[in-house]
Amino acid sequence: MKKKVTTFYDVMEARGISRRDFMKFCTTTAASMGLASSMVPQVVHAMENKPRIPILWIHGLECTCCSESFIRSAHPLASDVVLSMISLDYDDTLMAAAGHQAEAILDEIREEYKGNYIVAVEGNPPLNNDGMFCIVGGRSFLDQLIEVSKDALAVVAWGSCASNGCVQAAAPNPTQATPIKKVITDKPIINVPGCPPISEVMTGVLTYILTFGKLPELDRQGRPKMFYSQRIHDKCYRRPHFDAGQFVEKWDDEGARKGWCLYKMGCKGPTTYNACSSIGFNEGTSFPIKSGHGCIGCSEENFWDNGPFYERLTHVEGFGIESNADTIGMGVAAGTAAAIGVHAVASAGKQLTKKDAENT
Amino acid sequence: MSNEHEEKVLSIYVYEAPLRLWHWINALAITVLAVTGYLIGSPPEAMIGEASEHYRMGIIRFLHFGAGYVLLFGFIGRIYWAFAGNEHARELFVPKMYSILWWKELLTELKWYLFLTKEPHKYVGHNPLAQFAMFFIFLVGMVFMICTGFALYSEGAGAGTWSAVAFGWVRDIFPNSQTLHTWHHLGMWYLLTFVMAHVYVAIREDIMSRQSIVSTMISGHRLFKDDRP
Repeated sequence: MKKKVTTFYDVMEARGISRRDFMKFCTTTAASMGLASSMVPQVVHAMENKPRIPILWIHGLECTCCSESFIRSAHPLASDVVLSMISLDYDDTLMAAAGHQAEAILDEIREEYKGNYIVAVEGNPPLNNDGMFCIVGGRSFLDQLIEVSKDALAVVAWGSCASNGCVQAAAPNPTQATPIKKVITDKPIINVPGCPPISEVMTGVLTYILTFGKLPELDRQGRPKMFYSQRIHDKCYRRPHFDAGQFVEKWDDEGARKGWCLYKMGCKGPTTYNACSSIGFNEGTSFPIKSGHGCIGCSEENFWDNGPFYERLTHVEGFGIESNADTIGMGVAAGTAAAIGVHAVASAGKQLTKKDAENT
Repeated sequence: MSNEHEEKVLSIYVYEAPLRLWHWINALAITVLAVTGYLIGSPPEAMIGEASEHYRMGIIRFLHFGAGYVLLFGFIGRIYWAFAGNEHARELFVPKMYSILWWKELLTELKWYLFLTKEPHKYVGHNPLAQFAMFFIFLVGMVFMICTGFALYSEGAGAGTWSAVAFGWVRDIFPNSQTLHTWHHLGMWYLLTFVMAHVYVAIREDIMSRQSIVSTMISGHRLFKDDRP
């Protein structure tokens, strides 16, 4: 299987995508990456001239919600263009090949595009029992991940599983599911957390790499700054109700019907970095808060262990069920007050006996 | 530890005006911060009407951030005064933990609080036990609250703002923002416990010890009730 240099535009043309739709795609992608409109020609140029970057999309412990989100990318026609656009050479969920043929693609790409392909990882490897909790093609996913990543340009960690561990890494984490950044330490890693991440964010990250031939600027946690530098809360359309002090107190109250702020219902918007409140999911249709449910903070580290989802204050472990910072603090304060009381009475007693002694 | 009993020293000027001023401004700031901070975690019942008619949460947060700035700049001023002021102004930052005598005095003072001695010693500044609490609970607590507080503030202020540059690194110590919030919240109770003990001990010492305590933070003068060593 010899490959001639094909560009994204070639593929799009072959698929019958009009020039107009192609330009729309470039414009939308540039906008979602926070680029000025003057940068659109650069995106177009890259799409028309640069060879496609092969992507090996491998799956560890995961639920495939990242793939589900990805194929629903709004711009332009997800199922057609996005998949061919990124030159998805290996994706065990989406590809037609199976068995040994499929596994052979991995080796081919690794040799042909040495140091020039991207590994996209959905899910994470369990390290316990030599990785036996996730077997792909007869061997552990951990082995596959390490082998495939060895000659990669970069590794993209799709979703919270790959970025932070997500549900399978929640305490007590019996399989020792481990995020990619702790397993692959010698390659640049882009974390794209979210459960699932937004499809436009996913395609945006890949388009950026193609357009500029380098990785997007990352924050301290390895997330692309263009999508993860603000909290849900900062751009939430319910923010005016937060500032006004108008909160939903119960799921069926007047405030819930009027669309007030879900802060008191445990919404994690104020502590979650993502682009949900500006981009939305499923072609921008909605995101959790818009549908009346608080944000659960799915793109944050350890979000499963930051419970409960429906209370503002996080429960603190080791102090019994349902104790938060306030119950602990009030307990300590009450204990201190009691100690002060006892000490004060004893002190008064001492003072009185001293006075008595002085008077006699 | 006044030993100049021969000269019958009954009053010493201990706390200079800037230090006293800082103490009370700081006390006020902490009170505002604790109340508004608690309300940010557990906001009051909802306001009825249009969102445009109210700004309650905004005001609560404004007061919290304003008081936070007062606390921060007060603290910076206090550090300056540790250099510019008299020796008692330095006591808070550098307790003499290297001295054996200091630890002995700490024990004597501990015995006094456990009702094991009849009479405490006299101290011009803080006694070692008080210094210990001031350093490990108050000072450490203050620094923790300033760092975590402005790290949280930087989340809203945004990347590139001074708070993000100066305190953004604190956010990386904690796994996520929610955990940072929880620790900041626990820090409030840590400091409030200190405040309770601090007020109790100050009043108790004012009555039972051999020197003035409460009025000293107002007038600056330490008065001794007797001229024995």
